[in-house]
Amino acid sequence: MPEATFLDATELVINMGPQHPSTHGVLRVILKLDGEKVNGTECVIGYLHRGVEKIGENRTYQQFAPYVDRMDYVAAVSNGLGYCLAVEKLLNVEAPPRAQAVRVILTELNRIASHLLWLGTHALDIGAITPVFYCLREREEVLKIFENYCGARLTTHAFRIGGLQYETYEGFEEEVKKFCDWFIPKVDEYEELLTNNRIWVGRLKGVGILSADECKEYGVTGPVLRAAGVAWDLRKAQPYSGYDQYEFEIPTAENGDTYDRYTVRMEEMRQSTRILRQAVDRIPSGPIMGKVPKVVKPPVGEAYVSIEAPKGELGYFIVSDNSTQPYRLRVRPPSFVNLQALDRMVRGGLVADVVAIIGTLDIVLGEVDR
Amino acid sequence: MADEQKPEGSAAPPPAGGEAGIPAATPVAAAPKPVAPKPPAAAHAAPPKPPAVMVTTPWDSDITQVLKERFGGDITEFSIYLGQSFMVAKPDAVIPILETLKLELDFDYLVDVTAVDYPKRAERFDMVYILYSFARNERIRVKTMIPDGYSPATAVTVHLAANWLEREVFDMFGIQFAGHPDMRRILLPEEWQGYPLRKEYSILQQDDSWVRENLGIESGQ
Repeated sequence: MPEATFLDATELVINMGPQHPSTHGVLRVILKLDGEKVNGTECVIGYLHRGVEKIGENRTYQQFAPYVDRMDYVAAVSNGLGYCLAVEKLLNVEAPPRAQAVRVILTELNRIASHLLWLGTHALDIGAITPVFYCLREREEVLKIFENYCGARLTTHAFRIGGLQYETYEGFEEEVKKFCDWFIPKVDEYEELLTNNRIWVGRLKGVGILSADECKEYGVTGPVLRAAGVAWDLRKAQPYSGYDQYEFEIPTAENGDTYDRYTVRMEEMRQSTRILRQAVDRIPSGPIMGKVPKVVKPPVGEAYVSIEAPKGELGYFIVSDNSTQPYRLRVRPPSFVNLQALDRMVRGGLVADVVAIIGTLDIVLGEVDR
Repeated sequence: MADEQKPEGSAAPPPAGGEAGIPAATPVAAAPKPVAPKPPAAAHAAPPKPPAVMVTTPWDSDITQVLKERFGGDITEFSIYLGQSFMVAKPDAVIPILETLKLELDFDYLVDVTAVDYPKRAERFDMVYILYSFARNERIRVKTMIPDGYSPATAVTVHLAANWLEREVFDMFGIQFAGHPDMRRILLPEEWQGYPLRKEYSILQQDDSWVRENLGIESGQ
C-alpha cells in the first residue's frame, strides 16, 4: 500500500440532501466519490425527530394512539395495528374476531397503498415518469375506502385498543371486492411498463445486492430480506390478528438486488388482494370492541410485539408500571434499521445507483427519525 | 375518568359482589366490575390491587440449559412473562451471551437494543437486547442492569445491526458503549445538551441555547 498523500485529489466528498427529491424526505447522505464510484457514505438523520418515544411516556395509552400514525405516515394503519396489539398484549385481551377481520382488511389495503407509493416514486427516481401517475390514481381508491371508513385518508387512527371504534360502513365489503377486481389488471399494467423494459432492467439488475446473511447481520427485514431468498414474513412466522386463517404466499427472489426487491413487492400486492378477497367474504358478525376498561392500566410488566409492516418488522416494546401512561415505550422501526444497510449496498457502486438503492429500501423518514 | 376500573389480571380472585357487567371475551379472568361510580381505590377491599412486580413464570428449555452450563451465576434469572421469554444477566456477561446465542443457538437476528431508565434504582438503567432466531422462530430478550456512568461493551462485534441502535441509546440515555466504532449522537444534533429519554428530562425541556444559536429563534415552548 502506498502511503496516503496529503490531499487525495481523486476523492470527492459531496452532499446529497437533506433537500433532495430522491431521498424521499429529509435524509442527508454524505457521499465519498472517486469519479463515479462510491467509496463510502454516511447518513445524517434526525431532521424529522419529534421525540415520539418521549411523548409516549407522557400520554395515556389511548392518547398516544394517534401519534403512531405520524411515524410511517404512508402506512399509518400498520403502525396503529402494531401499537394496539402491543397494548392488548399487556392487558392480556384480544380484539373480537370481527374487529380482527376488519383490521386485516384495512392493513392489507394499506400495504397496497404503501407499495404503490413506493413503486411510483422509485420509478420516478429511475426516470420512468408514467408509473407515478398510475400508482397515485390507484392509491386514491384505497384512500377513499379509508376516508369512508374513518374520515381520514392518511393518518387514519383506524383502530382502538381492544378493537375498533367504528362499524364498517354500508357497502364496505363490495367496495373492497370491487377494488380487488379492478386493481389486479393495474398491477399487470405496471409490470407491462417496467418488468421487461430494457432501461428499467439495466438500472436495477445487479444493483445494491444484499445477501441473506448480510440482511440478518444488519437486521434488515421485509421485502428486502425476502428478495434475498428468505421466506420470512411475520404474518406467517408468528401470525397475529388471525392471519393464519388466510391463504397467501410469501413471494421471494434469489439475487437480493434492486430488481428482485421490485418483483417481490409487485407480487406482495397481488398476495394482499388475495387476503383481502378471503377476508371480506367472511367477516364474522359480533362486537367490534373487546372488553377493555375505560382507563387502561396494564399490570406491571413488559412486552415486545411486532408485526409485518409494509417495510419490515415494526415492533413496540412497552414497559408498564400499572399507571395510565407507559413507563417506557420503544418503537422498533423497520426503516431506521434497514437504512443502516445503505452504506453496505452502495459501496463500490456508481453514484447514479445511490438513488435507485435509496428508493428500493423504501424508507420513510418520519419513521427513521420518529 | 378519575374513577378506576381496575383491569385486574390473573393474580387476584374476583371479590364478592362483582357484578357480571364486564366479563366476556377476554381470555383471562375478566375484570370484576366494582359497583358503579366509587370513591378512590383505597375505599374498597384490597384484593384487586395489582401486584407491584412483574408476575413471571420460570423459563426452562434447551436454551436455558446451555446457557446455565456455560454462564452459571452470570445469568440471574430465566423468566417468561405473557409468553415472552427473557433472561437477566450481569453486564459483563452480555456480549459473551449474545455470542453464544448467535453461534450455537441460532439467534442470528438482533431485533432491537434499547434501555429503560429507573432513576431511583442504584443500577439505574435496564439494557434490553431483543433477539430472534429464524431457525427456531423464537424471540427472546436479554436484559441487564447497569449503573449511571457504566460503559457496557458494544454488541457491534457480534451483530452489525447494533451500530445505529446503540448510537440511539447513547443519544437518548447517555449510555456510552465501550468499543463502539462510531459513538456519536444519531437523531439529535451533536452539540445538543442533555439526554431526552432520561426521566428527569421534562417533556417541555429542550436545549434552548442550541435552538437560539442554530435556528435563530427563541424556544417555542
